[in-house]
Amino acid sequence: MHAINYDAPTTLDQAVSILKTHGENARPFCGGTDIIIQLRAGVRRTEHLVDVKKIKELQVLSFDAKKGLRLGAAVPCIEISESDVMRRHYPGLTEAAHLIGSLQIQNRASVGGNLCNGSPAADTTPALIVLGARARIVGPNGEREVPVEAFVVSPGRTVLKPGELLVELLVPAPAPHSSDAYLRFIPRNEMDIAVVGVGAAVTLDGDKVKAARIALAAVGPTPILASKAADAIIGMKLDDAALEAAGRAASAACSPIDDMRGTAEFRLHITAVLTRRVLSIAAERAKKN
Amino acid sequence: MSKKTLVEATINGETVEFLCEPRQSLLETLRDVLELTGSKEGCLTGDCGACTVLVEGRPVCSCLMLGVEAQGKNITTVEGLATNGVLSVLQNKFLEHAALQCGICTPGFLISAKSLLDRNPKPTEHDVRYALAGNLCRCTGYDKIVKAVLDAAAAIRSQGEGKAAAR
Ligand SMILES: Cc1cc2nc3c(=O)[nH]c(=O)nc-3n(C[C@@H](O)[C@@H](O)[C@H](O)COP(=O)(O)OP(=O)(O)OC[C@H]3O[C@@H](n4cnc5c(N)ncnc54)[C@H](O)[C@@H]3O)c2cc1C
Ligand code: FES
Ligand code: FES
Repeated sequence: MHAINYDAPTTLDQAVSILKTHGENARPFCGGTDIIIQLRAGVRRTEHLVDVKKIKELQVLSFDAKKGLRLGAAVPCIEISESDVMRRHYPGLTEAAHLIGSLQIQNRASVGGNLCNGSPAADTTPALIVLGARARIVGPNGEREVPVEAFVVSPGRTVLKPGELLVELLVPAPAPHSSDAYLRFIPRNEMDIAVVGVGAAVTLDGDKVKAARIALAAVGPTPILASKAADAIIGMKLDDAALEAAGRAASAACSPIDDMRGTAEFRLHITAVLTRRVLSIAAERAKKN
Repeated sequence: MSKKTLVEATINGETVEFLCEPRQSLLETLRDVLELTGSKEGCLTGDCGACTVLVEGRPVCSCLMLGVEAQGKNITTVEGLATNGVLSVLQNKFLEHAALQCGICTPGFLISAKSLLDRNPKPTEHDVRYALAGNLCRCTGYDKIVKAVLDAAAAIRSQGEGKAAAR
């Protein structure tokens, strides 16, 4: 790896001021599970790493039944998968965090870093999107909030401008009779990048769908909010016909590529299958809430 | 070259101070600066687990952590498993079960297994396989390693019972 400088500020103000001073030449640094590999491989360059893990706002993990979840950008995935509160209220986001790498990786990798890395295949991003999560960003010009579905703009690029950092993810409290789920397809049991990932959140009114959100990973240049797939089931009973319709609409929202992990055609097929499955799981969970 | 940083950490129970460049991984720092060459370099991409060490009791890939991040941290490497040159129960069980051939992966497996046993003294086979999923071995296959860890867990438990009975 080329020479770099390293800072580990303990406050947001310090972090923003260091990032501002170095502009394009600095990058936030969290668990390092993407950035260290990218720097070593020469696919990203930076002169200055600003470690954000010591800033307390970025380590918050708190749930309130009315206000919902505050998930600090630096909270490692292991804290999410080991949290009973997360498993109970956001099972889909929890299973997405739990899918990332091995225990070694989960002890370091953050959900914030998973999002900021900007990969279309990031597992936790669709899981955040279906929950209606917003990203709270702080930078030299103050604060702003961006819905997670608008955060990634192209592969590896996000809405973050030089000097800005992601502070936390704000997730609304789950509505009554609602829940979420996330599934991905990989050719082996563990430790691989999604060929397709599908997240869903469903709110039921009796046996009908009152509200739904479906989001897709690895089937386009960015994570995708498949609004038409959700529209296809609103007001409907989740029977086979409704699931089929949602699956078809989800495939139609994709613009996949052929690569070593799978062909575009295969991805379209798997998107429909996973959409049906993940909706059924989310709905089963929602019935119990 | 960027300037070197002074880092103070507790490694295998001893407070150490060392100088490292921010671009150096913890693995490089351990091996090249501190001459603790037990932790191995396999892939440098977080896939093989040969570089696994405990940081605050949690297993991490030292190839994906910077040496400067060790500041103030408590770190255990494979060199910290034996006591005064006497191998730990876990290490002995690896030998007894022939759970290694070339041995490159062994330090990482030992650290992941230790982390499991510290947390869960009575793991199932599934627990063991799950805890070791981030460690790859190209030589032995995994059965002997899994058996060694299960047997170590049993031996440590009966040692504990022995001590309790003697009291
Ligand atoms: C072996 C292995 C297996 C993996 N398996 C999976 C998997 O199954 N699914 C999956 O989705 N991912 C997987 N990953 C990738 C996953 O670990 C990363 O995406 C991780 O979540 C990134 O978080 P981090 O804290 O390590 O970020 P870092 O690597 O520190 O940073 C990632 C990027 O985000 C930026 N960044 C970090 N924090 C902030 C912030 N607060 N504000 C602004 N920018 C920030 C950095 O500048 C950098 O560009 C795997 C990685 C490895 C090594
Ligand atoms: S060398 Fe670190 S995981 Fe392979
Ligand atoms: S003993 Fe050779 S890699 Fe495991």
